[in-house]
Amino acid sequence: MKIKQTITKISLRLILTVGAVTIAIISVYSYINLKAQSKDLLTQAELAANKLSETLKNSMHFSMLLNQPEQTHAIINSSADEPCILEIRVFNKDGMIMYSSQENAIGTMVDKNAEACYVCHTANEPIEKLSIDQRIRKYKIHPDSSHILGIINPIYNEPSCWQADCHAHPESQTVLGVLDVKVCLKDVDSQIKQSENRSFIFAVGAILLLSLIIAFIVRKWIEKPITELVTATEQVGTGNLNYIIKDLGSDELGLLAKSFNNMTQKLADARLQLFQSDKMASMGRLAAGVAHEINNPLTAVLTYSSFLLKRVNDPEIQEDLKVIVRETKRSREIVKSLLDFARQSVPKKSNANINEIINNAIGVIDNQLSMKHIKLEKNLEENIPLFKIDSNQMQQVFINLLVNASDAVMEREGRISVSSKIASLSPYGTLQIKTAVCSKRHSLMDEEIKVDGKPSVKLKIVSNGKEGFVNLDPIYGKNRDKYNLEIKSPEQIQISCPKCNISVIEKDASCPKCKSAVYTFEVPPQGMFQGCINPKCDWQRWASVDEAGIRDYIEIKISDNGSGIAKEDLARIFEPFYSTKGQKGTGLGLAVIWGIVDNHDGTISVESEVGKGTTFMILLPLNHHSN
Amino acid sequence: MPNGEKILVIDDEQVILTAVSRIASSEGFNVDSDNDATSALKKLSYKEYSLIFCDIMMPQMDGFTFIEELQKRKIATPVIMITGYSTVENAVKSLYKGAIDFVPKPFTFEELQSSIARGLEYGKLQQRIEEAKLKKNGGIITYIPCPPKYFRLGFISWLKLESEGVVIIGASDLFLEILKEIVKIELMNVDEMLVQGDSIGSFYTEDDLVHQLLSPVSGRIIERNERLLDDTRLLEKDPYFDGWIYKVIPANIEYDMKYLISCATDRI
Repeated sequence: MKIKQTITKISLRLILTVGAVTIAIISVYSYINLKAQSKDLLTQAELAANKLSETLKNSMHFSMLLNQPEQTHAIINSSADEPCILEIRVFNKDGMIMYSSQENAIGTMVDKNAEACYVCHTANEPIEKLSIDQRIRKYKIHPDSSHILGIINPIYNEPSCWQADCHAHPESQTVLGVLDVKVCLKDVDSQIKQSENRSFIFAVGAILLLSLIIAFIVRKWIEKPITELVTATEQVGTGNLNYIIKDLGSDELGLLAKSFNNMTQKLADARLQLFQSDKMASMGRLAAGVAHEINNPLTAVLTYSSFLLKRVNDPEIQEDLKVIVRETKRSREIVKSLLDFARQSVPKKSNANINEIINNAIGVIDNQLSMKHIKLEKNLEENIPLFKIDSNQMQQVFINLLVNASDAVMEREGRISVSSKIASLSPYGTLQIKTAVCSKRHSLMDEEIKVDGKPSVKLKIVSNGKEGFVNLDPIYGKNRDKYNLEIKSPEQIQISCPKCNISVIEKDASCPKCKSAVYTFEVPPQGMFQGCINPKCDWQRWASVDEAGIRDYIEIKISDNGSGIAKEDLARIFEPFYSTKGQKGTGLGLAVIWGIVDNHDGTISVESEVGKGTTFMILLPLNHHSN
Repeated sequence: MPNGEKILVIDDEQVILTAVSRIASSEGFNVDSDNDATSALKKLSYKEYSLIFCDIMMPQMDGFTFIEELQKRKIATPVIMITGYSTVENAVKSLYKGAIDFVPKPFTFEELQSSIARGLEYGKLQQRIEEAKLKKNGGIITYIPCPPKYFRLGFISWLKLESEGVVIIGASDLFLEILKEIVKIELMNVDEMLVQGDSIGSFYTEDDLVHQLLSPVSGRIIERNERLLDDTRLLEKDPYFDGWIYKVIPANIEYDMKYLISCATDRI
């Protein structure tokens, strides 16, 4: 609600401001326009009145020469019958009205100081020649009535006048009298009024239209993005840092949205780190507490069972006790590794038989499986050489995976299969990039954005003027790269180190498959890594590992026919504290497993289909085994 | 069978007291137990013991204070600390404070057994040394002290700083002295990681006991003394030179040195 009000306020203020400016502009324009228009109209009216007055004077001239006052009267009266001619009168030099369309005025004297006379008679001496402007006067009788235009037309003495038979005027007389015509300016006034009305309507219309346009623009370009931004801020405020504002274009608000997204992304990353380190710290405290508490009962079990083992002679009981002692010793290793996990310590590797470890793990959960009537298929390759491995940690890996599998399958119908074999694999498609640096030795590894649960190689890309990042799949040849911007023309992209911007594009090199440019970076200590910059091309080359050739791995697969893992969960299952088991799990299991396998230079991957089952595959390199 | 040797066990956890008592008495020892260090000190004022087992983390008086109290009262009875894994650092610290050994919980019967054996032997050895000192010229000092530039973890193991960030570690003569004849040793492999206070090798003795040597330093093994595996007597013959055990690249030597005792400060 509040947002809407604010928006309304912004648009209202904008509308009011623009409205006021419009009014001002239209007012000034209308004023000037009206002024010019009324001046035009008046001039026209003056000319018309002047013409009328000249016509009248000429018409009367003849009847006056003939000294026929009736005729003159008739002319005046008939002319005054015309609409909007208010009065026509003629007065002599002394100011006595000789003729008038208003009969009662005849014979009366005109006040020489007033009205029409004033122009000539101000200086007591009458001016004999008058310009047209001077002969015209405009006035109103009442403030409400329309304007009246009066025009005087002096009747000058002409030879025909003094030579006429009546000899009414001597030759010396210059002005014989004055013809005064008053016309109303009703038409002019109403035209001006109409113009005023038009201007007003135009102004109102313009303001309304402008307001509508502004409201529309505000709604489209400001309100919607702002609402979106406010929603986003509220979402972020309530803790949802995954909220992303849709593309709002490239204007200022669009840029704001982009930097907002960037900010929340950074915040989310920071929060995740904080959250994880915080969780790690409390995990550490918890582990220490648990270790301390659990050590006492374990001590009792271990001392008594080992004590009994010494004293009992019955070989059967001895065997049973050996299991107790062995498993209690394993418990103490688990407690210890829990602490080691909290301290992130390195595994204690020694030459061990992987199948023995798998069998021990199966032995631990065998009971659980038979109780749930879960069928276990074992397919372990014999003659796997001993190799360096932390038996306890690895056993923990298998127990965890087996427990997960038994949780996922249905009772009675469940099947779990465990297999081990030596796999000779080409590094292409299996080997993982664990370190990568640009030519200025900045690390390119990105721990936050993972591809299939593994830290990726992050590079900055500039394409079509837009900046973005690509997170390269760390597995050589797999190409499950993540781009955060679309690449339309791979010929024009630039790829560089996100820290120092130094280009990672190799000069004078082109992809043998598609001829695009080639990026390259160092993977210490395993030489240079090259790849095609075209997202659609899958060419990669890691020369030094290609030269080393095929490597031997131990491949351990644990599959089940259980409920499977949803695709959206699959990408995150190796993240610490990510659990789909709800209250049942800590979410640490697979993260620990991942850590252990990683510490053995191995890889763990998962394939799963909802409803069909899940397969975890662990690859441990054999090459490093000691003699 | 040892007769009449008196052992005192102090732990706030009853089950530990019972377990230790049960094992020790089955071995023919006289065991007293106490779940509180303060009352144990009272007991010590009128009773003599050959060996004391003491927990580090206890509610009222902790293991460190207990050792200090013993030193104040000039009670020379050897003390072995009982610790949890979560307190390995504390355990190492207790060796610095004067405990002769520690057993990490949970321990097996055999581990406790060998620890008792070492503790008692240590007590006897100390007594002999004291007697030899009193006799001045007449006594024979039966062990070789560690050279001045060495550092030691309690009386158990030693460390010598080599050039280029490498250290050499080995077992101290006192530790070897209290063991019976060594019949076999088991060592860790090159490239494995050591943790200070954790076992770095097993010493099998003729009395069927297995003794763990505790590491004075954390780090990675880069070389081990292969000659020892063939001839274990080399250890006792020359524990500080030819009898070295591992060459190690330490992980955090400054940190580890905190609880090591410089042999230069030892006065015999």
